[in-house]
Amino acid sequence: MYYFDPHIHMVSRTTDDYETLARMGCIGMSEPAFWAGFDRGSVDSFRDYFSQLTDFERNRAGQYGITHFTWLCINAKEAENVELSREVIKMIPEFLDISNVLGIGEIGLNKNSRNECIIFEEHIELALKHDLPILIHTPHLEDKYQGTRMILDMLCNESKLARDHVLVDHVEEHTIQPVLEKGFWAGMTLYPVSKCTPARACDMVEQFGPEKLLVNSAGDWGPSKPTAVPDFIMEMRRRGHPESLIRKMVYENPIEFFSQSRNFKFTPPDVLPAV
Amino acid sequence: MPIPMTAQEVLDREFFEMRAKILQLGASFDRMERAKGELNQEDRIELLNQGLHILLDQKANRAEQIQLLFSREYEENWKSTFNME
Repeated sequence: MYYFDPHIHMVSRTTDDYETLARMGCIGMSEPAFWAGFDRGSVDSFRDYFSQLTDFERNRAGQYGITHFTWLCINAKEAENVELSREVIKMIPEFLDISNVLGIGEIGLNKNSRNECIIFEEHIELALKHDLPILIHTPHLEDKYQGTRMILDMLCNESKLARDHVLVDHVEEHTIQPVLEKGFWAGMTLYPVSKCTPARACDMVEQFGPEKLLVNSAGDWGPSKPTAVPDFIMEMRRRGHPESLIRKMVYENPIEFFSQSRNFKFTPPDVLPAV
Repeated sequence: MPIPMTAQEVLDREFFEMRAKILQLGASFDRMERAKGELNQEDRIELLNQGLHILLDQKANRAEQIQLLFSREYEENWKSTFNME
């Protein structure tokens, strides 16, 4: 089955991983900008990183028939540095017309601090100004519930925001309902310890239905599994769910959400001309 | 949307996995008992104990309740706390 991974950090992965993902049916992915494992010291570090996301990674993915998209921002951890964050936000428009940039992300909260909230709202203003979708990171572990509720407060306070242009990612059992009820897209991240398992993601599909729901691996430089979406597909099959439902979750839903970005151009493999 | 398996099928499929997870918990508690030193006023042990009670006492939404148990509380007036209104 063809699938999209809507949230995966391929800068952290090897070229072998691209090949493995392609062999498992991955034909498209989106890569939000995130923390590098250390705090970067200048706006030029981010400019180089955005070049990597918009050029190098797109080409590396293309060698295996995978269409690569990306999202740009300064992540929540580094948003604690307000001065640097504002320099990065000012620089981001240099990249917004590049054809694989879908929108602004992954913005969000980490420790739910005041500075993180200030920079989150300034990213929202940037997205609104350029009419771009938004991909949102929610905090980990004990900070997730509080942080997700704070994020929803800020989003719902913005009357100009189209809620179906926003994906709130890393939802779990205690945060999925308020996200969907308020009209946003929700993403489930399959991550070994701190987020969700394939079985629990299937449970949430069964409890909340497949509308406005995505599933991703968030594969990065930490303990993570870039092939987690195929694990979800296998778990859905083992439970007896129809292929049409699985395809909606891993292929049709990502395309529906991404299609709201003016830069999303994608040709499905089944309509490509025969070689 | 219902799960397309019967309760019996779920149990048949997951029994050994659930058994293994209970064993893992038992072994972890044993390991703390055998290790040197004492746990002084360790709130996390109390959280683990409360989590086990949720497993035994709750009739539904156990996963959600356990998530909330291990979560910081949401304060509705956070914006005024941060002077962001």
